[in-house]
Amino acid sequence: MFVRLEARPTASKAMVYQSPLIAIFLTLIISMVMFWLMDTDPFLAVNAFFIEPVSTIDGVAELLVKATPLILIALGLSLGFKANVWNIGAEGQLTLGAIFGGGLALSFFDVDTPLLLPAMLFLGILGGMFWAAIPAFLKIRYNTNEILTSLMLTYVGLLLLSYLIHGPLRDPDGFNFPESRLFHDSALLPIIIEGSRLHIGFLLALFIAVLTWMFTIKHIIGFQIRVIGLAPAAASFAGFKQKKLIWITLLFSGGTAGLAGALEVAGPIGQIVPVISPGYGFTAIIVAFLGRLHPLGVVLAGILMALTYLGGDAAQITMNLPNAVTGVFQGMLLFFLLASDVLIRYRFKIGLTKKEDSLG
Amino acid sequence: MLTIPRLQLCGVTKRYPGVIANNNVNLKIMPGEIHALLGENGAGKSTLVKYIYGIQKADSGSLVWCGKNTKVTNPKMARKMGIGMVFQHFSLFDALRVKENIALGISSKLANFDLENKIINISKRYGLPLDPDRYVYTLSVGERQRIEVVRCLLQNPSMLIMDEPTSVLTPQEVELLFRTLRQLSTEGVSILYISHKLQEIKDLCHTATIMRMGEVVTTCKPDQETPQSMAEMMMGKNLIAPKRFEKTIKKHPALVINDLNVKSDQSYGTDLKDINFTVNRGEILGVAGIAGNGQKELMAALSGEILAESSISIKVENIPIGAFYPNQRRDIGMAFVPEERLGHAAVPMMSLWENAFLSSTSKMNFLNNGFIRVESVKAYTREIIKKFGVKTPNIQNIASSLSGGNLQKYIFGREILQNPRIIVAIQPTWGVDAGSAAAIRQSLIDLTAKGCAVLIISQDLEELMEISDRLSVIFEGQLSPAVKTESITAKQLGMLMGGVTVFSEMGAIENVC
Repeated sequence: MFVRLEARPTASKAMVYQSPLIAIFLTLIISMVMFWLMDTDPFLAVNAFFIEPVSTIDGVAELLVKATPLILIALGLSLGFKANVWNIGAEGQLTLGAIFGGGLALSFFDVDTPLLLPAMLFLGILGGMFWAAIPAFLKIRYNTNEILTSLMLTYVGLLLLSYLIHGPLRDPDGFNFPESRLFHDSALLPIIIEGSRLHIGFLLALFIAVLTWMFTIKHIIGFQIRVIGLAPAAASFAGFKQKKLIWITLLFSGGTAGLAGALEVAGPIGQIVPVISPGYGFTAIIVAFLGRLHPLGVVLAGILMALTYLGGDAAQITMNLPNAVTGVFQGMLLFFLLASDVLIRYRFKIGLTKKEDSLG
Repeated sequence: MLTIPRLQLCGVTKRYPGVIANNNVNLKIMPGEIHALLGENGAGKSTLVKYIYGIQKADSGSLVWCGKNTKVTNPKMARKMGIGMVFQHFSLFDALRVKENIALGISSKLANFDLENKIINISKRYGLPLDPDRYVYTLSVGERQRIEVVRCLLQNPSMLIMDEPTSVLTPQEVELLFRTLRQLSTEGVSILYISHKLQEIKDLCHTATIMRMGEVVTTCKPDQETPQSMAEMMMGKNLIAPKRFEKTIKKHPALVINDLNVKSDQSYGTDLKDINFTVNRGEILGVAGIAGNGQKELMAALSGEILAESSISIKVENIPIGAFYPNQRRDIGMAFVPEERLGHAAVPMMSLWENAFLSSTSKMNFLNNGFIRVESVKAYTREIIKKFGVKTPNIQNIASSLSGGNLQKYIFGREILQNPRIIVAIQPTWGVDAGSAAAIRQSLIDLTAKGCAVLIISQDLEELMEISDRLSVIFEGQLSPAVKTESITAKQLGMLMGGVTVFSEMGAIENVC
């Protein structure tokens, strides 16, 4: 007797939604084993990692602050992933969004107007779109692989930020520290919960999630994106223009990443600093898949992944665990998710051995 | 004949998830016998053959080879026992020579010593002309099949399995192949001949085992049966011939193709060269031809998936549309049914109503400021299902959950209910059960009564002869002038399909245009 995988007659729809839960469960089990091997009480560690950080209102607010960029970026990415357009460079697009949005705030540092904030967000979106337009153009014109070009542009973007923050954008009164001026009040996002850092960007992310959802299931562009991902030949039979869809998906994902960048500098950070994101652009890839490329799923997955950031910080302080634990968690989650996705098309079967299986 | 059967199968059963492919199948083949395995697509022929050749295991049952109970665990063992198989889809390398391809498929002992002479000997002895030094990509489909046959014969088989060998051949090539098979039979080689072409089986085979839905229905002597009686056994019901209307086609061109040239977008594809034809309102034009002679390219050029080099080379009711995209072509009343149902004509993982929306978007006015009118699309879907007798419990079901015949009826329904002026279909009934095939042919004939122009590209000669008003043949990207169906014989068609120009000897052909 042994266990083998058997193809299902049709893909299991229930498994599509169960597989992320299985992945979360397995991640928890294995991480507890890992804590135990590190001579840490597994239950205490899980408590410190996942429960304690969100046991106060402040904690929950902080969770949503971190979830905001993840949700925004993953919403954009998942639309592209559906169409088999693989934008891996959201981190760079976020950085450009922060530079464009933050740059505007700094150039109007002495102007007090309610128009500044919307203009910053708008410019942030443009910045992200601009950075995503480069791989889009290269893919359409020269058939380059957008995975490589968008990823490489991330590092160009980070170096651009580094140059600007050590040069033109450095605070003239900042004792040569690589930081910009602090933004003034009209360049900062309104706070939802008094005393916390939770800003209206989170509501904006939820609003965009609903819009994306409506767009994907009800709008012709969303339909075209789904068809092109599921059956490219059927898309050309129907006459959908692939180039247009590549432009749309890359610009949309670049735009949401850029918006996330502008929100970060206008929200929790309040100035431009050398490191704007702790890898939100990359983590959002996991969020997109964990959320099944579905806007609602992305919101839930974004909150869960935000918890790994928060838990990592907390475990570092209370349990003396290394910060790398966050990365291990995120990696495990993606690993188990991809593994459990096998169960969508296959199921376990406890069967006879191969020898007995043949004819007698 | 000897008394010990060469091969005997007892109670072979094979289940796949959700379907029984073979149910308690018994089969007996004597030495030197040409034994037909007859059945519709999906009757379980391929599964059974895969079991005999060791590709697949059965759930239960036994195989007796020359009187000995044997387990065939893999194709290598089958070859060693003396079973050779010629597959429907060849496994050849286009960029290699004939002899190199043969050497790759046999044991190194056989391949190393004087292979070229062995190939020439075999091909002379069995009348299979083949040049060992030619590159495969320069060969016709019939010649490619000969490579596979020669490769099998080199290994001195005592049984040869042929899977649908004639589906890609011209009638002349078929005759040549049959001569070889008969010679092998007199030398004592058993042949298991898989087909659903009844006339061939009647001409060639000594015995026929007929399968339906995974079970053996009966075994008969084909020379004592008529094609009609075998068809009834194969399909379990009386065949319905399509009802044709008495019609006189007026010369009123709906679709005019003028010097159409198209470069294929695939390597080893076929470029279209100076194609000319006209389809009139209310007429069915059939395009015959062996696979790979430019049918796919012609379909893509007509549907707009490949744009023509010159806009005026395609005209619909006098509008030049060579530069139109597929949706623009639909807007002026064209409809298309591509060859691949799943993945090309329909999105496998999408629901039926979403698939209805796929090609009817603008023609049926299903958009409201870019948003889908879901309720209207669903009503349209229900109409297709009702009018075309599609069997499905729910319009939310995904396309891949439908059987081939059902899905093809659904796709035809989707196109026909858009009231096309011109419909172009390639392989309309390929892999479709007989009942659905008849329904589809009937619906095409009904369309012509309303003045729709129909173009059918197909490899199924019987189908084309049955429903076309005029016929044309595509060969290496060139199209022969269309002639009235009554005025051409199967033999002449076969010669055209093989690249021989017969028009000079036929003299002046009356052409309706």
